[in-house]
Amino acid sequence: MNSRIDSCQFKTISRRGLLKLTPVAVLGAFAIPQLQKPLLKGGLRFSDWASTRLFRSGHLAPTFTDSDLTPFEKFPINDYDVDDPEVDLDKWTLAVSGSVQKPGDYTLAQIHALPKVTQNTRHVCVEGWDVIGRFGGVRLSDFLKTIGADPTARFISVECADDYYESIDIATAMHPQSLLCYEMYGQPLTPEHGAPLRLSIPTTIGYKQAKYLTHLKVSHVLEKVGYWEDQGYPEFYGL
Amino acid sequence: MATRATAIEDVRTGEVTQAVYEHPFVVRLCHWVNAVSLFVMVGSGFQIFRAFPSFGAKIPQKDLLDWPKALALGGWLGGALQWHLTFMWIYIATGLVYIGYQIFSGNYKQVLFARRDLPGVWPMVQHYFFFGPKPLTKEVYNPLQKHAYTSAIGLGVLSVLTGLAIWKPVQLSWLAWMMGGFHLARLWHFLIMWAMLAFVFGHLVMVVLHGWNNFVSMLTGWKRDPEYDLE
Repeated sequence: MNSRIDSCQFKTISRRGLLKLTPVAVLGAFAIPQLQKPLLKGGLRFSDWASTRLFRSGHLAPTFTDSDLTPFEKFPINDYDVDDPEVDLDKWTLAVSGSVQKPGDYTLAQIHALPKVTQNTRHVCVEGWDVIGRFGGVRLSDFLKTIGADPTARFISVECADDYYESIDIATAMHPQSLLCYEMYGQPLTPEHGAPLRLSIPTTIGYKQAKYLTHLKVSHVLEKVGYWEDQGYPEFYGL
Repeated sequence: MATRATAIEDVRTGEVTQAVYEHPFVVRLCHWVNAVSLFVMVGSGFQIFRAFPSFGAKIPQKDLLDWPKALALGGWLGGALQWHLTFMWIYIATGLVYIGYQIFSGNYKQVLFARRDLPGVWPMVQHYFFFGPKPLTKEVYNPLQKHAYTSAIGLGVLSVLTGLAIWKPVQLSWLAWMMGGFHLARLWHFLIMWAMLAFVFGHLVMVVLHGWNNFVSMLTGWKRDPEYDLE
């Protein structure tokens, strides 16, 4: 049996159906300039939170054979400022500070003394390109042990010879594939690739893997997150 | 599968027309929220793509196309990422609500392309493209419409899966591996977007061709004078 109504009733029913769609208008808040920034900040924070939850400290990034390697000369050089900040390699030390038992200046020889790790891993840039490189260095976790880092600390911040700065969370720093890297493709780092010491962390995005390190700080609270994060990039961009 | 109609009597003239309640509230809500999300995801996606408009090597970089900035959203890579990483949650949530609702309400039968729709495909193709007679249908959607909408939902699922593979190629390395690795997953993500845009284009053309009553049905739920047969 078909039902029968008059046109006035139908108008009321249709209007009610249309009005129920008003929740869609909530999305219009994104078009209001004053609201846009906080809303997108919120979305970014939610994504960062989800990224943190997705990170598994025991899960290894894929590794590759030597035949998969991107040729060294085709490994891109990305900077925010200069290719070569002219680090004086003879006088270079890594200044360690913060929540550590043994702060001070560490020489490259002291870092070389730790067990060496070499791995072929993928380097993913936020721009969208990716390459597979051969990275050699020491585990960041080994170095943190050496300097007596407070196990309850939450962040590692680094500063660089080109005034770049970055930070990573402690879970990422303690990951077995996270390196204080002094070698690429079996050769000491060239100036453009961050001589004498850079981060190589295959579980995170490229802009987190700072080059030309000069300072390393272990802390419970972050004073500043990172150069690109301050411009609006995600703070936790674990891959 | 005849569709139930309601007779509407004009209070002044006494004229009687038919109307069908085609689209439940949840479907309409998801449709319009998704229209906005898709617009934002595509716009910000183009801005992200502009940062490296290639699917080859970084060195030497061969650009695939120079996408105009005017047709991109977010202003720069970081801004576009904020839009993309915000609306992807809205996009995913809408998809889950929609699929969940369709399954539990049984309304999926209206739109899901099934085996019984196969015999109706060819007559419909003849009608649309070769001026064949209009086949009689007693359903809201004809077999080709069902095919288009079912494909679009499949594309939506694939867009999320390829997107997740690009966003988390390490934690979801199995997903990236299934797509041939991070590098290829990025290409699939891009191609699926174009397939989706092709659907949206066809969809909009059909909306224009089918007229005002058809458009209104996605707003109020009701379609007056439906073009299919009623019981």
